[in-house]
Amino acid sequence: MSPQGETKIPAKRQLVTKPSRTADKVFFGLTSVAANFSIVLILLILGFLLYQAWPAFQSQGFSFFSGETWDSSATPQIFQIGPMLWGSVLVALLGMVIALPLAISLAYFIEFMAAKKIAAVATTLVDLLAAIPSIVIGLWGFAVFGPVAQHWASLLHDYLGWIPYVFYHEGANYGGSPFIAGLVVSVMIVPIITSVTREIFSQMDRDVVNASIALGAGRAATFRKVILPTASGGIVGGALLGLGRALGETIAIFFVLNLVFHINFFQVINGEGGTVASMIVSKFGEADASERSALMASGIVLFVLTLLISALSSYIVKKAQPWRTN
Amino acid sequence: MVETLLTESNAASHLEARGVHVWFGQRQVLQDVNLVFPSNQVTALIGPSGCGKSTFIRTLNRMHELIPGAGFAGQILLDGKDIYEDGTDAVDVRLRVGMVFQKPNPFPTMSIRENVLAGLRLTGKKNPNMDELVETSLRRASIWNEVKDRLNDPALSLSGGQQQRLCIARSLAMDPAVLLMDEPCSALDPGSTRRVEETIEELADQMTIVIVTHNMQQAQRVSHQTAFFLSEDGNPGGVVEFGTTEQVFNQPVDPRTNDYVNGHFG
Repeated sequence: MSPQGETKIPAKRQLVTKPSRTADKVFFGLTSVAANFSIVLILLILGFLLYQAWPAFQSQGFSFFSGETWDSSATPQIFQIGPMLWGSVLVALLGMVIALPLAISLAYFIEFMAAKKIAAVATTLVDLLAAIPSIVIGLWGFAVFGPVAQHWASLLHDYLGWIPYVFYHEGANYGGSPFIAGLVVSVMIVPIITSVTREIFSQMDRDVVNASIALGAGRAATFRKVILPTASGGIVGGALLGLGRALGETIAIFFVLNLVFHINFFQVINGEGGTVASMIVSKFGEADASERSALMASGIVLFVLTLLISALSSYIVKKAQPWRTN
Repeated sequence: MVETLLTESNAASHLEARGVHVWFGQRQVLQDVNLVFPSNQVTALIGPSGCGKSTFIRTLNRMHELIPGAGFAGQILLDGKDIYEDGTDAVDVRLRVGMVFQKPNPFPTMSIRENVLAGLRLTGKKNPNMDELVETSLRRASIWNEVKDRLNDPALSLSGGQQQRLCIARSLAMDPAVLLMDEPCSALDPGSTRRVEETIEELADQMTIVIVTHNMQQAQRVSHQTAFFLSEDGNPGGVVEFGTTEQVFNQPVDPRTNDYVNGHFG
C-alpha cells in the first residue's frame, strides 16, 4: 500500500443474485413455477375455448355478434348473441351507476369522517359483502330483494314514465328487468369499488386536504374540488375493476333477469334482457355439439371483453395520476 | 412574567391567546398558553419537537379540531372577539387566518393560476378582477417574475421553494389578517429558504404573522418577538419565555431558554 506504487486492481469477483441456500432455491423454484403457470393457464383456457368455438365463429360469421336470433332447431342453426352482448353492457352500466356514488360515499366516510373504530367496523362489513357467494345474492335477489325492487320500478314508471322510452313498461309485472339485475349487480361491485377508492383516499396527501380546509373551504367543497379530482384516476380504475366483475357476473343475474333475444337498448324497467354469462348458464345443459360451440364462442367474447377492461383499469390507475410519481 | 414584556408594543393587539389548554383524548398537550400577537409583527414560536408549538399554531385557526379527540379550553381573541365563541363558524375564522404548511402542498390537479384562485373557488367567493388578484397575490409572495409566463402550467412543475411561495400566494389571495406558518422552510433548500424569509419580511408590515421554526437563525432574522415552548418529562407543553426576539436570544431570563437558544439541547 505504498502511496507511490501503481494502483493494484484486485481480482474481479463474480457477483451472483441467484439463491445459494437450498431453502431459497426451493422457494425460488416454487414461485417461478407458480408465476409461469398462471400465464400458461390463461393461454390454455383461451386455446381450448378457441378450438371448441371455432366452428361457431365460422358458421355464423359476423352476425354472431350483432344478430338477435338464437335457434338451435332451425336449419341451418342460428346462433347470435347481439342482445346478450348489449345486455351484459347495460346491466353492468346500470350496476355501475348505482354502485359508484354509493361506493365513493362509503370510502369517503371510512377515510375522512368516521372515528377509527367505526371505520374499522364499516371496512369489515363492506369486505364481508364481497365474500357473500353470488348464488346467495342471486337467491336473495330473486326471493327477497326482487319484490322490493319491482315496487321501486313501478314508482319509476308512475313518476318518470313521461320520459320517452327509458321508463317504458307494459303490463303489471315489473320482474326480470335490467333495472333489478343492475341493482343486484351493484350490491356485488360496491365492495370492490369501495376498497379501491378507500385505498386511493388513504394514500392522498392529507396536507392537500388540510390546505383546502385552512383556506376556509367546507367539507363538501373540499370533497368536490380537491379530493375527487385528485383521486379521480384511481376511482376510474376501481370502477372499471367493478365493471369487469359486473360483466362476468353469471348466476345472480340468471336468477333475476328475463332472457329475451331482442335487443333492449335502454328500457331499463322492461322485463327483457339477458347477459352473455347468464345465457351460457341457462343454455348449456341442453345444448347439442354445435350449440355448445356457439356457447364457447360467447365465452370467448366475454373473456376478451373483461380482459380488455381489466387491462384498461390497471393502465388508468397507473397513468392517470402523474403527480404521484414525483 | 410574560405579560409585562408584551405591553411595550404600541401596536393594537390583533390576535391574543388567553389561558389556552389543549388535549388529544385524555392526554393534555398544552397548558396555560398566554401570548399576544400585535398586528404587523412577526412572532416566532420556537422549541424542541413535541413541545406543542405546532399544536398551538393550529388552535389559532381551529385546524386542530380536525384531529379526532381534540379538546380545547381558553380563548383566542381575534380583534377582541373569541374565535371559539358559540356561534362562531370555524370556516369564517379560517377565511381571516390563513395558513402555510410545513411541506409545500399546492393542489396537484390545478395549474399555478388555479392554485392562487383555489380559495375563491373553494369558498364560492367572487372576485371581478381575477387576473389582477392572481398578479398581486403572486407579487406579494415574490414569485410573480418567475411564473408570470407560465401561469397555466401545473403547480407541481415548480420547484419546492417556488411551490411554497405559491402556497403563500394562495393564502394571500384570500386577504387574511393573520398568516400562520408552520415550519414553512423545513422542506426547502437554503436558497429557497432565503426567498421565503424575504417574502415574510415584505408581508410583515401588512399583516400579523406567526411562524413556527426549528431554525434559531431564522427566528432571529424574521421575527420581532419570540415565544419559547417547552414540554418537560412528559408534562404538557407551555411557554417558558416570551419577549422581543432580541431579548429572548440575547438576554434570556430562564436558564432553559438560554440552553436551548445556544444549542445545548433540542
